[in-house]
Amino acid sequence: MTNHWVDIRNANLILSMGGNSAEAHPVGFRWVMEAKEKNDARLISVDPRFTRTGAVSDFHAEIRTGTDIAFLGGLINFLIETDQFHHEYVREYTDASLIVREDFGFDDGLFTGFDAESGSYDTETWHYEHDEDGFARRDETLQHPRCVFQLMRAHFSRYTLDVVQSVCGTPRHKIERVWNMIAETVVPDKTMTILYALGWTQHSIGSQIIRTAAIVQLLLGNMGMLGGGVNALRGHSNIQGLTDLGLLSNLLPGYMQLAGSEEQDYQEYIAERARAPLVPDEVSYWRNYERFHVSLMKAWFGEAATEENDWCYDWLPKLSVNLYDVLHTFERMSQGEVNGYFCQGFNPLAAFPHKEKVTASLSNLKYLVVMDPLSTETAEFWKNRGELHDVDPSEIQTEVFRLPTTCFAEENGTIVNSARWLQWHWGAAPPPGEAKPDVEIIAGLFHRLQAMYREEGGPFPDPILNLTWPYRRPEEPRPEELAREYNGWALEDVYDENQNLICGRGEQVGDFGTLRADGSTACGCWLFAGCWTEDGNQMARRDNSDPYGIGMTLGWAWAWPANRRILYNRAGARPDGTPWAPNKALVWWNGSRWVGADVPDFPVTSPPSAGLGPFIMNQTGRGQLFARERMVEGPFPEHYEPFETPVANNALHPNNPLSKHNPAARVFEQDRENFGTLEEYPYAATTYRLTEHFHYWTMHARLNAIMQPEKFIEIGETLANELGIEKGDRVRVSSKRGHVDAVAVVTKRIRPLQMGDRTIHQIGIPIHWGYLGETKKAQLTNALTPFVGDANTQTPEFKSFLVRVDKL
Amino acid sequence: MTLRVTRRQFFKLGAAGMATSSMAMMGFAPEPAVASIRHFKLTAAKITRNNCTYCSVGCGVLLYSRGDASINNVDDIFHIEGDPDHPVSRGSLCPKGAGLLDFVKSRSRLSHPMVREPGTDEWKRISWPEALDRISRHMKDDRDANFVGQDEQGNTVNHWVTTGFLAASASSNETAYLTHKVVRSLGMLAFDNQARV
Repeated sequence: MTNHWVDIRNANLILSMGGNSAEAHPVGFRWVMEAKEKNDARLISVDPRFTRTGAVSDFHAEIRTGTDIAFLGGLINFLIETDQFHHEYVREYTDASLIVREDFGFDDGLFTGFDAESGSYDTETWHYEHDEDGFARRDETLQHPRCVFQLMRAHFSRYTLDVVQSVCGTPRHKIERVWNMIAETVVPDKTMTILYALGWTQHSIGSQIIRTAAIVQLLLGNMGMLGGGVNALRGHSNIQGLTDLGLLSNLLPGYMQLAGSEEQDYQEYIAERARAPLVPDEVSYWRNYERFHVSLMKAWFGEAATEENDWCYDWLPKLSVNLYDVLHTFERMSQGEVNGYFCQGFNPLAAFPHKEKVTASLSNLKYLVVMDPLSTETAEFWKNRGELHDVDPSEIQTEVFRLPTTCFAEENGTIVNSARWLQWHWGAAPPPGEAKPDVEIIAGLFHRLQAMYREEGGPFPDPILNLTWPYRRPEEPRPEELAREYNGWALEDVYDENQNLICGRGEQVGDFGTLRADGSTACGCWLFAGCWTEDGNQMARRDNSDPYGIGMTLGWAWAWPANRRILYNRAGARPDGTPWAPNKALVWWNGSRWVGADVPDFPVTSPPSAGLGPFIMNQTGRGQLFARERMVEGPFPEHYEPFETPVANNALHPNNPLSKHNPAARVFEQDRENFGTLEEYPYAATTYRLTEHFHYWTMHARLNAIMQPEKFIEIGETLANELGIEKGDRVRVSSKRGHVDAVAVVTKRIRPLQMGDRTIHQIGIPIHWGYLGETKKAQLTNALTPFVGDANTQTPEFKSFLVRVDKL
Repeated sequence: MTLRVTRRQFFKLGAAGMATSSMAMMGFAPEPAVASIRHFKLTAAKITRNNCTYCSVGCGVLLYSRGDASINNVDDIFHIEGDPDHPVSRGSLCPKGAGLLDFVKSRSRLSHPMVREPGTDEWKRISWPEALDRISRHMKDDRDANFVGQDEQGNTVNHWVTTGFLAASASSNETAYLTHKVVRSLGMLAFDNQARV
């Protein structure tokens, strides 16, 4: 979330799209209701289904799954052509005025530089035009035909109401109504917040849907504002923390990145990431990349990391492909290229697409290690469950270890909520039997490996033999010790530029500004610096006072970065430093510094007259309407159809087969053959969660099993009538990849969509049941889903695929 | 109308068994019983602050447990409810959070390390040292056989991609941090958590 849960109450309009927070985040959703009751706010729900969020909304619009870019792209066109965008904000705080290279272009659904053979782009032309000093050229009047604003305007001019209607299937009057309601927040004293979740991310165009939403919010001046923002409502209790700590194939802690195999030179690796401003004098905070990187290397490798060995640059693995994401890994596993796999609190058999492929892949492993508090389907993938999971154990040669771990109630530590708050918690009881905390298991394995490398030798043992382990009891590192390590400490006295001592040797650093690139500081995650300072554990703070009465409890827990609760909050004030409106006052310039209800997201003594841009992480200092080369399928979002789509053509470029689906998506050969066709599988399907369940965990909890005991699917009345299905009938839902049997819930909540002369039906499939635990046994929903991901993140396309439905 | 009974009469009524306890529930208790203190179940409990383990709202929860952490005395969580001080949740819990106790106490909780040997159809209990010895041996053998120091172009890559690791988005930052540190020191790249899906 750019903003936070309680801040939703400050919104005037809430757009719930790509998520159903009333169902999936019910307690957070109370702040939506608070906004409606106390702030006279309105709630819009745009969703393929009439959901629990829709039920309390002021306006609900149905949409075909996977067409959100068309809906929001049309909104962008509408805002520009009806002159309902925030002129001053767009001119001052976005890159609208920057001029793009002359050779950049877009034609028939493809940007310049596409190579059909490799299915990827050469992004050379996707850049600003630079002057002699390397800065982007600008036209503050926004009239230059190649300025970002004019290019964006031309790009979205194709997204007319008619086109949007024909792509989304939403009735015209509903589209217009939603666009008009949203346009009303263009005034400075009204803000819209956008709440989204996996309904946006789990598409082959997921990242670009979110980009489209960000463009809308920049055009309306809603970023950095009280009650504004683009708010990802994340799915798990610490999925934010694991992302922040970089537990992803290509990342290091704090959104730093591993090097690619061609990046052999340390200085070039740093230079590529420590990016200089593209507009004179901007902050471009990533310029400090090396301070964060060296501090990490000192935290991990201690005295072994020296300037002479480039701070152990070669000790970290380098990437030979862009991502070793889970789809890539399971593809390799299916080819027999992976021998061992660890699942720490993760149930891939239930959570990954195309379950049959996942089962076959796991069967190719030599060893599988599952660490979990609960029994999972993955740990027992070799067990025959009849028609629910039909395998032959005698043919599966995988050695499987199942290690019992503690759960949240049995250990101390922090988790990071969606609002970026690090909240410390305490364990209350020992775990069952011999279960152990994960850190003890990791420590046990590591020490055995270390001993083996010491005694037997082996390839490149240096990082293993030299990994720092400054824990009082090496077999049982304490959470408190680990938290202090990721906050960081000074290895030598640290001075500021005026030679004032800011952090003495051995002291915890107070913030990431203290970190140094000369090896004098160690910090496991620069973004978390400040969470455990010389003043103690900031994450355990419990002062819930709200001095400004706007829901900003800065004394409760600790938020990254720097305890800041609303990101980009400098943009919440006018260029002259005064709030955009009295009711939206958040931070402001008091004549000598930035002050207010939040920690300013800005150099606190930089006056408005200096004119620095508010988006300090960006090289331009501005919100990026133009993504440059940072998105693989193009600098502007474009609608592409899901890989399994119920329509024959992409209405935006019907005659170009290359641009029907995301041209830059990665599809493995075998999986392409496993996509179904419209003729065989005529209905669009989408998966989702229920409020009574959490993934495949709560089927093990009796109360939840009582509330939602049995697998069901939702089917609209019209289609049910056509197929002769009545409520309560058992049905089989099939895709090209498999089937699930379930009870049919026949409902008014899913309406057929009229698109030209065609009627499109959608099927809703909740995910929560399996063949373990307390609920009635069922096949896993991911028997159905396709093995293709978002082109940038490789998040699987769980939300749009094709099925057929048969009465059993 | 109030039903007045003495303690003696009440016990006589007790012969009626269930009927009496139902009457007591409806407020028809004998006067001395009304006067005595019925100990509130949570009074003697230890209260521990925690956060819900499910979604990302991060609701505050209070764990109520018995036991004083002394030797031979095992703490046991018997009640979980919302933390009224929490600025986001203000004491609320949703249907998922309301069932947290059933998650902590689930019959599916694992209690001992197990192994399933290749080709067999059963779990076999093993000790922690045996489990960790065997797993680390597999890791060492696989890393030794498949570690890539330099790729075909002669670039130093120092990676190990034949063993992968999925980390857990419900684990704590501290678990995650240590996991990351160890996984990368081994040169692993096929490393993700639920944020990928």
